[in-house]
Amino acid sequence: MSTRLANKGRLVDTSKPLSFTFNGKNLRGYAGDTLASALLANDQMLMGRSFKYHRPRGVVASGAEEPNALVNLGREGRFEPNQRVTTTSLFDGLEATSQNHWPSLEFDVGAVNARLSKFLPAGFYYKTFMYPRAFWKHVYEPVIRHSAGLGKAPKARDVDTYEHFYAFCDVLVVGGGVAGLQAALTAGRSGARVILLEQTDHWGGRAPVDGGQINGGTVDAYIAETLDALRSMDNVELRLRTMGAGVYDHGYALGYEQLSDHAPGTPGPRHRLWRIRAAQIITATGAIERPLSFAGNDIPGVMLASAVRDYVVNYGVSVGDRTVVVTNNDNAYLTAIALKHAGLDVPVILDARVLPEDLGLVAQAKALGIRVMMGHAIASVKGGKRVTGVTVCAQAGEGAVLEEIPCDAVAMSGGWSPVVHLWSHCGGKLRWDTAHACFSPDADNPPKGADGMGFVTAAGAASGMFALDDVLNDAHVAAEGVVTCLDMKLPKDVAAPKAERREESPLAPVWMMPQGAPAKLREKAWLDYQNDVKVSDVRLAAQEGFVSVEHAKRYTTLGMATDQGKLSNINGLATLAGALDAEIPAVGTTTFRPPYHPISLASIAGEAKNDIFQPIRRTPMHDWHEANGAEFEPVGQWRRPYAFKRGMESTHDAVMREVKNTREKLGLLDASTLGKLIVKGPDAGKFLDMMYTNMMSTLKVGKCRYGLMCSENGFLIDDGVVARIDEDTWLCHTTTGGAESIHAHMEEWLQTEWWDWKVYVANVTEQYAQVAVVGPNARKALEKLGGMDVSKEALGFMEWVDGTLGGFPVRVYRISFSGELSYEIAVDASHGQAFWDALMAVGADLGAMPYGTECLHILRAEKGFIMIGDETDGTVIPQDLGLNWAISKKKEDYLGKRAQERSHMTDPSRWKLVGLETTDRSTLPDGAYAVAEGTNENGQRNMIGRVTSTYHSPTLDRGVAMGLVLNGPDRMGEVLTFPGTDGKEYQAKIVNPVFYDPDGEKQNV
Amino acid sequence: MSKPVTALGGASDATGIATVTEMGPMGMITLRGDLSVKAVTKAAVAAGGVTMPDQRMCNTEGAGGIAWMSPDELLIMCDYEHVHAKLADLQGKLAKEHALAVNVSDARAVFRVSGPHTREVIAKLAPVDMHPGSFTPGMFRRTRFAQVAAAFWMVDDQTAQIICFRSVAQYLFNTLNMAAQDGSLVGHFSKA
Repeated sequence: MSTRLANKGRLVDTSKPLSFTFNGKNLRGYAGDTLASALLANDQMLMGRSFKYHRPRGVVASGAEEPNALVNLGREGRFEPNQRVTTTSLFDGLEATSQNHWPSLEFDVGAVNARLSKFLPAGFYYKTFMYPRAFWKHVYEPVIRHSAGLGKAPKARDVDTYEHFYAFCDVLVVGGGVAGLQAALTAGRSGARVILLEQTDHWGGRAPVDGGQINGGTVDAYIAETLDALRSMDNVELRLRTMGAGVYDHGYALGYEQLSDHAPGTPGPRHRLWRIRAAQIITATGAIERPLSFAGNDIPGVMLASAVRDYVVNYGVSVGDRTVVVTNNDNAYLTAIALKHAGLDVPVILDARVLPEDLGLVAQAKALGIRVMMGHAIASVKGGKRVTGVTVCAQAGEGAVLEEIPCDAVAMSGGWSPVVHLWSHCGGKLRWDTAHACFSPDADNPPKGADGMGFVTAAGAASGMFALDDVLNDAHVAAEGVVTCLDMKLPKDVAAPKAERREESPLAPVWMMPQGAPAKLREKAWLDYQNDVKVSDVRLAAQEGFVSVEHAKRYTTLGMATDQGKLSNINGLATLAGALDAEIPAVGTTTFRPPYHPISLASIAGEAKNDIFQPIRRTPMHDWHEANGAEFEPVGQWRRPYAFKRGMESTHDAVMREVKNTREKLGLLDASTLGKLIVKGPDAGKFLDMMYTNMMSTLKVGKCRYGLMCSENGFLIDDGVVARIDEDTWLCHTTTGGAESIHAHMEEWLQTEWWDWKVYVANVTEQYAQVAVVGPNARKALEKLGGMDVSKEALGFMEWVDGTLGGFPVRVYRISFSGELSYEIAVDASHGQAFWDALMAVGADLGAMPYGTECLHILRAEKGFIMIGDETDGTVIPQDLGLNWAISKKKEDYLGKRAQERSHMTDPSRWKLVGLETTDRSTLPDGAYAVAEGTNENGQRNMIGRVTSTYHSPTLDRGVAMGLVLNGPDRMGEVLTFPGTDGKEYQAKIVNPVFYDPDGEKQNV
Repeated sequence: MSKPVTALGGASDATGIATVTEMGPMGMITLRGDLSVKAVTKAAVAAGGVTMPDQRMCNTEGAGGIAWMSPDELLIMCDYEHVHAKLADLQGKLAKEHALAVNVSDARAVFRVSGPHTREVIAKLAPVDMHPGSFTPGMFRRTRFAQVAAAFWMVDDQTAQIICFRSVAQYLFNTLNMAAQDGSLVGHFSKA
């Protein structure tokens, strides 16, 4: 069994006991524990079930590479699935539950898959669920999705907050082990701005566990001294619980800081995403130990040798009383020695190598009386939910059992792989290191910046240096190199610290144990624990032709789980290489992509949640609207009132009332959101003639003209009223959504094409609150405000004038989008609400009511006015809409002119705008299509038109609609059929789109 | 004439690690023109009451000031009450030049973030190197704060003044306060 030892670990504080629960069971741990060490201390070895076969699984590792031990953490607003117990700091009150089992962790029905594993090899799903085709969506996928999957998706809203932080530095060092500390120290001494990130909650990495001497003292003493030196430097920032998550172009890197995961509920953000720009990056990310591939290597109790050692030394937790060590290198002997020193039993070290002499750690282990079997291997592990023993065989053979050794834990080591992820994210190349049987950063091919120079340097174990002295020296040299790149200088007396060297025998690569393992053993030898990929699956993939490592990965799902194959990748591709009789470097690796270890989606969203999820633009009268029953609709990022509801009135009734009131009395519309661009200069007229299809240069000062704007391809992109302000100046109104894009459109043409034209543009949209005063009583209202002459004679239709109304300096445009007598009045935004209040006050006796965008739509549709985005969809040209009158024939050119002369654009069969009038006065469904006889080549009914705008008109008490119809204007009076999605068919007659006041008498009074 | 009302009526929040206050109303004029033409800069200097700032800098004094916005654009600052007169004067002086001067005082909202942790609050929202050695008072940046466009400068080492569009004033106020929330001190620019 696993338990807490009497000799406490170096990281736990036994004076601070903590309580937590696992699957509802109350357990105890100490401050400094990870959830993994605390569970082990409580003899909870079984922690989860695998993804495909639901095999019982325990913890394998002690860090970020852990594939198995994932749990649901927390509850309600702080519930989070797939949390690694090895990277979860224990806190008082922590609640964890295991995943992927039913009904319980101990008894799981899904484990029947494991018995069927012979029938569920790689590619099983692809092959089996192909036919019949329709079954995939409705039968297979729902069933498979239900049975697979790890954690549950959270149901409650996340109660925490998150933030970003932009930081800039000369040198970013990722990894706070001894290499990272030394690199930061060397770089810091040069005066460079340094940021050092460490993923865990403590400095020094695994060097203190592995022991040795630095500068004649302990590793812990070196770490303490180095930290003191770093903390005294103002140019160095040290950050614990912050992972270097990714490296991107131009020295951009992401750091993921977990501020309160170890103390939920602490005020402030939970995670902080560091968005760092570094001139140079040093990756001191260490190395990850590889598992060995032997039968039963996934049974709980089989762990990485380094993890077994970490639990004993760091947390004072023994994984078992009797631990068999199996290895192909010297490093695992440290585990045997550490266990022995902790008073635990190591019945045997199975070393796959046959060494000529006992050096260093091997000699030390033997001197402690540990039995060492050279050239031996594990044939298979015994046990179900827990290791009970191993059978021993010769590594060179096919697994004939020589001996069975009872034990309750196995510590395995297949060698070490440098963590090259961050080096590789942005294109750093790897080389195969034959001596250590691993891929290491190729220092000659680093990720390169815009200047063609490398901007990432790997240091220490991450660069393939494993001996302590090499690690420290490499880190120092890496930092020196970086300092040189930055054109900075180190003080003269700075040198790398010296560490004591151990005598070491070389590693022997072992990719299968035993070397000649038959199929029976291969299909129990796991490569990817989380996704249940075994040696046999990778061999099958190779046999079936998936020779590329990327294809084999996707076929088998090797390395595709939430751990992204940190343990399985190298073993998997070595297995693939073996099956293909190819060299490992020739097979290559899969692509390393950020993040290194999962980060929360919320940290990426940062502060953008709840009321600041996205900017909502508000007009100066927004608060008034809110207080007066406005139901808002989004228009771009603005919120505009859709209708103003009174009392218990329905939205529909409110809209009908607003339309009637505006037609009969007086309506007020907040039109502040419409874009307003000032265009000025000696060439402004010429410029606007190019931007609009109409002639704007001839517009007289004081007059307004409705204009259309097209893209180079001839399609309508915007419309609005243009006013000539003075000889050199025009004011262009745009649609609400078009203000920014049309401003950019104008600037683009001015800056890239007509850079020599003398024109300046300024966007003054938000300078003004603009109110449309609409209806038969509009003039009376303005006259009551007083201050200027707004009579027909003084201010005719399509004219503007500056003046004063009710004491407010205003600009009044006599324009109409409703067909009524209408003024649009612009006032400085800071006076917008006051002006609105003044209008409401004088309008009280005149029947003034505010109206919203839906009323606006009905008013314009009754008049047959088009709306950009309703009648247009990016494929419509002005000619389609019968707007030929707004296209100047006198101009040589305008944007879109040539495009509109293309054959397809002049094709007479283009659908054209008409009015549509239902025969029974009902309202056509929006977007409905008109159908004709017969079917097209796809077997669909032939279509000859579609509805673009449709409303119930309270003025006419019937449905009014516009649509684009084949040969529409030539088919007046014809009745078309529009099938609705409600099963009904609607009949509508083609009519003139102007339903109301076709002679324009009402707006021209 | 009514009293001018800013977007948030001078809202202020001092509950977090920095104080966020809406300022104004303030007079602002956008001037576009050729900055190498003496008449243009002379008129700008007369309106702003300060000397011409260098590229990416601003000069301010009291309510007056000039900020460099782009190679052909300046932002001239003055008292809100004086903006119409200043604008008319500026337009008069530039009548013979190709230049565009418009009043944008009401199109904007202005905030101040103040306190010893101002730099950290800004660095959470704007991709700007806020290190005290890198961004010093007198420098001016057109950038973004989270999802909206903004421009800002440091009035002194502990005070930033930020200009954004009026319509997003509420968003920026809420976002600045979130960035300044209690317990969110980073300790990056000064060791905590």
